[in-house]
Amino acid sequence: MCKIAGNEISLLYCFLLNYLENGVLKLKYDSLSVLVKEAEKQNLPLCKLILKDQAEVAETEEKVLFENMKRSFTVMRESVETGLDPHERSASGLTGGDAFKMNEAVKANKNICGKIFGEAMVKALAVSQTNACMGRIVAAPTAGSCGILPAALITISDDRNIPNDDVVMSLFTASAVGMVIANKASIAGAEGGCQAECGAASAMAAAALVELCGGTPKQSEHACAIALKNILGLVCDPVAGLVEIPCIKRNAMGVANAFVAAELALAGIESAIPADEVIYAMKKIGEAMSPTLKETAEGGLAATPTGKKLCEKVFGSCQNCK
Amino acid sequence: MLQAFDIIGPIMIGPSSSHTAGAVRIGKYARSILGTTPVSALIRFSGSFAKTYKGHGTDKAVIAGILGMETDDERIRTSFDVAEEEGLKFTFEETEIDGAHPNTAEIILKDAAGKEALVQGASIGGGNIIINRINDTVTSISGKSDTLIVPHEDVPGMVAVVSNILAGNGVNIHGFSLCRDHKGGTAVMTIEIDGNIDESISKVILEQPNILAATVLKAI
Repeated sequence: MCKIAGNEISLLYCFLLNYLENGVLKLKYDSLSVLVKEAEKQNLPLCKLILKDQAEVAETEEKVLFENMKRSFTVMRESVETGLDPHERSASGLTGGDAFKMNEAVKANKNICGKIFGEAMVKALAVSQTNACMGRIVAAPTAGSCGILPAALITISDDRNIPNDDVVMSLFTASAVGMVIANKASIAGAEGGCQAECGAASAMAAAALVELCGGTPKQSEHACAIALKNILGLVCDPVAGLVEIPCIKRNAMGVANAFVAAELALAGIESAIPADEVIYAMKKIGEAMSPTLKETAEGGLAATPTGKKLCEKVFGSCQNCK
Repeated sequence: MLQAFDIIGPIMIGPSSSHTAGAVRIGKYARSILGTTPVSALIRFSGSFAKTYKGHGTDKAVIAGILGMETDDERIRTSFDVAEEEGLKFTFEETEIDGAHPNTAEIILKDAAGKEALVQGASIGGGNIIINRINDTVTSISGKSDTLIVPHEDVPGMVAVVSNILAGNGVNIHGFSLCRDHKGGTAVMTIEIDGNIDESISKVILEQPNILAATVLKAI
């Protein structure tokens, strides 16, 4: 790893050194379009490009990273199952049982959006509920948005009988999208609002869905841009500061948004604004957002009369209620 | 530099990394500082922790850590029951520690023989912690690396003595702090190192003049 910087000669030297050391240039995860072009150049799906790079970075074998990711996917599946319990309540007592209700509606064929949407919403609610109930989850990219990616991937793989290993691979594609967003904008609600958490998760899921359904890397890039565009500006305003209201339901929205974006991209629809520019827009919107709307529980839904009442119910008093 | 598992991960117990994972790690660190099995625990929550610990399950998380659980252990949720089974009595207090980070917990543990340890730690986001105080010593330990705590007499040359022993054993220091109660009194070195530290090194350090103790705290 070369840490010299400052003038062009040393930068060029770093560049050459890196190239000579590794034979290939390491990916920087600061641009989705660069990643997509690299995948096209090497004629690789995004997931394989990313796994290869990540193994080089971690100085380990691809097999090791794949097995680690497989373990993460197993935990994701388990977190869906635990979240379907009808009686489990969160530590605060504010939430619980929504995934079960949604599942009953889907099983009875009563939901209006069809099986895929229904199943996806059930799973997003379930994982998010598991998180609120102190169950085990995989942050993807955060705990608050942990339901979106597993819901998208498990739903599509169950529906289309996609082999487990392929789904595990698609998580590397999702991780690359997350890395670019984290590097160029933020994945923290406290910095960028909910658009940074559920938005990133949605964009990650959309890109992975496209790949799993046979789309090109370029289509994954468009799906990512569309998903993020749809959620720009969404604030982080958790009632009582807890990762429950509105987070759990926003996970259901987030997975629906991922499917919308993937569906459009797979149909050949392109985002007029490139993904990298959308990510930059998200960063600027996050900066412009009032601090009261960035995870502080001082604005938005947290500051509604009902939000304040719920806060008092949990904590006895509410510091933001004055 | 970010890697894939920083985005897909960590595998953790919800609902939030700072209120569960971080709290578990502070509890776990307190247990390792006591070094024996605790039978009683007094936990003082300060700042935001004091106001919100019940809703976030921070109380259960700290107890889980004191019981030695990992941050992804599903028993965290039922840690109060596990504490009863294992004979750990615990009390929570709400307090305001002056100048402390909003998410701060002070933990006082006692073992069956009456030995006591006080640890103050803050959960600073993403499951990361800072241990600010161990007994009477002000510290700044992340818990991510093996750490050597060396109380000694405040006389010249002590840093050189200890660092020479570490250097001689090929141990690389990446964090170092030193504080003392008063000139010529007791001082404490807190040394964070790369990789694993062999426990035998602490014995060598302890044999040196003016060294009062040498404890290795493993990374958590």
